[in-house]
Amino acid sequence: MLENTSWRAASEVFGDRISLVAGLVPEFSWRSSDIADGVRVDLGGQITIDQAPALWKRVSVLLEQAAGKQRVQIDNDGVDVIDGACMALLVHLRNELKARKVHCEFTGGSPAVRRIVELYGGRRRPRVRRVRRAKNAVEQVGQATVNVFDEVVSILDFLGELVVSAWALLTHPKRMNWRDVALTMERAGADATPIVLLINLLIGFVMAYQSALQLEQFGANIYVADLVGVSMTRELGPLMTAIILCGRTGAAFAAELGTMKVSEEVDALRTLGLLPMPHLVMPRVLGMMLVAPLLTFLAGGVGILGGLLVGNTMLDITPKAYWIETLSAVKPWDIWSGALKSVVFAGAIALIACQQGLATSGGAEGVGRRTTSAVVSILFTLILLDAVFTVVFGVLGL
Amino acid sequence: MSEPLIRVQGLSIGWDQHVLINEATFDVARGDVFVILGESGCGKSTLLRSLIGLEPPLGGSIDIQGIGSPRLEGAAPEYGVMFQSGALFSSMTVGENVGFALQEWTSLPTEAVSAIVKAKLALVGLEGTGDKLPAELSGGMKKRAAIARAMAFEPSLIFLDEPSAGLDPVSAAELDELILALNRGLGLTVVMVTHELESILKVGTTCIMLDKDSKTIVASGDPRQLKAESTNQKVRQFFNREARVR
Repeated sequence: MLENTSWRAASEVFGDRISLVAGLVPEFSWRSSDIADGVRVDLGGQITIDQAPALWKRVSVLLEQAAGKQRVQIDNDGVDVIDGACMALLVHLRNELKARKVHCEFTGGSPAVRRIVELYGGRRRPRVRRVRRAKNAVEQVGQATVNVFDEVVSILDFLGELVVSAWALLTHPKRMNWRDVALTMERAGADATPIVLLINLLIGFVMAYQSALQLEQFGANIYVADLVGVSMTRELGPLMTAIILCGRTGAAFAAELGTMKVSEEVDALRTLGLLPMPHLVMPRVLGMMLVAPLLTFLAGGVGILGGLLVGNTMLDITPKAYWIETLSAVKPWDIWSGALKSVVFAGAIALIACQQGLATSGGAEGVGRRTTSAVVSILFTLILLDAVFTVVFGVLGL
Repeated sequence: MSEPLIRVQGLSIGWDQHVLINEATFDVARGDVFVILGESGCGKSTLLRSLIGLEPPLGGSIDIQGIGSPRLEGAAPEYGVMFQSGALFSSMTVGENVGFALQEWTSLPTEAVSAIVKAKLALVGLEGTGDKLPAELSGGMKKRAAIARAMAFEPSLIFLDEPSAGLDPVSAAELDELILALNRGLGLTVVMVTHELESILKVGTTCIMLDKDSKTIVASGDPRQLKAESTNQKVRQFFNREARVR
């Protein structure tokens, strides 16, 4: 059976150039015939990457045809050119046949073709492949449970080490890397001030605008000041500031420590006799906890300013009246409770980010994975902590 | 014969159930340039990390004379380590990297630390680079700077992980010269992991060869002698750069 000879016949008349101009791809020939105990395939022509799809179809068909046969002989005598991609498909055919207990061999071919066969392992004994079995649902759930358990152990390890280091620092404060505390305060605090101011101004503005639409109906415009003042100092100021710190500084901490871990800088630190906890983690935690309340005070202030802008321009409340109403609504505890929350939030952000950073492995991909994990974990923890604060303050009547 | 500087007995390394090296026993003599060699994935770097104290062994013991088991934290460094990538602290200048341990563990004034840093950088041929950031250095310079940092605390023992990996032949040869100079000039004991044949034959005084298949040490001794006389197939393949028969 002779197939696909149309191009060969045409090329004998017109040559390659004509067939290329006509948009034809040079074709190869694949002639299969039965032999005593199997199938013989005579290949011919130019078998290049352009023919790979057609060759793959032939290979797939032959794999089915060869079932029950003893051997397949692939003869390359008629092959003018064969490239690596097509040779790889033929070697795949041979390996698949061998796996099905069908002997397969390449015969003939020019020296160049034989070199390609040799290079692609066409004469080597195929390796027995270990088939990786897909995990079933129970195994996947089990593996996920083990991973969660490992992660919990890793977090407990981290917290234990933190407590030991904190105790050691109380007795030997000089062991602390104080330089990085100031650096962290600058990076997490001073550098973040513009974005904290802008976002909280807009939050105050939006909250006042939305509430004004409702309160105006009852002639209770002035209570916009109460609503904005209490919300910004007690709830939204600390929370929004923490969210900004999470996205801006928490992610940076996780990525920075993760990169240090994968580039062996953390190991290098340890070989200099220095612990990662007092040198990398505690300065960041302390710096964040010191700077977060300051940012939160600013956040509350500009949030109230945002409310004042709406009150003055839309509701005709004078700045003085707005200010007096705010002072009457906002109690000192509202401000201090916001500051307290912000300290706890900042500690959580820094600790989770550092823990995730130091748990990084696996190069750049690992750094990305841990940074994402840090941000998600921090956001969840912030909301959880905020809920806990709300309930506790509520129960205590604060 | 004098007491070895490092005595390793029945050391097994790996992780979980995966054993890389099983019950390795060897000594490192003082003043040696001791080379750990073997094919990729045989556990050379993991063995080095165990010797340093970064990887707890699965079994066996490591005894460094005057130190005992390798320990890292809580005390001034008693040996120097150069990692494969250099692992310089990227947020610090080269000078700060070299002087870091001195500042942390001594009460030396800044000027004295600076003087020592300058001398250490000059020792490794990096004069005038103290104010540069690691990112501004070439691969070879980073490794030299890392050696300077490892030397900052005047150790008598230094561990080097693949010192000439990824370097051009000239930089690699210069690094070999530096290792020899430190070994001969200062009597420094060097334990290094490498599979660079030229380096091994040029600087190594003793070596052990690890084997991935048997998970053991398949040869030990003078690398030049091993190259010339070993009848072990894997050793001959390694030293003669012969491909595995597939």
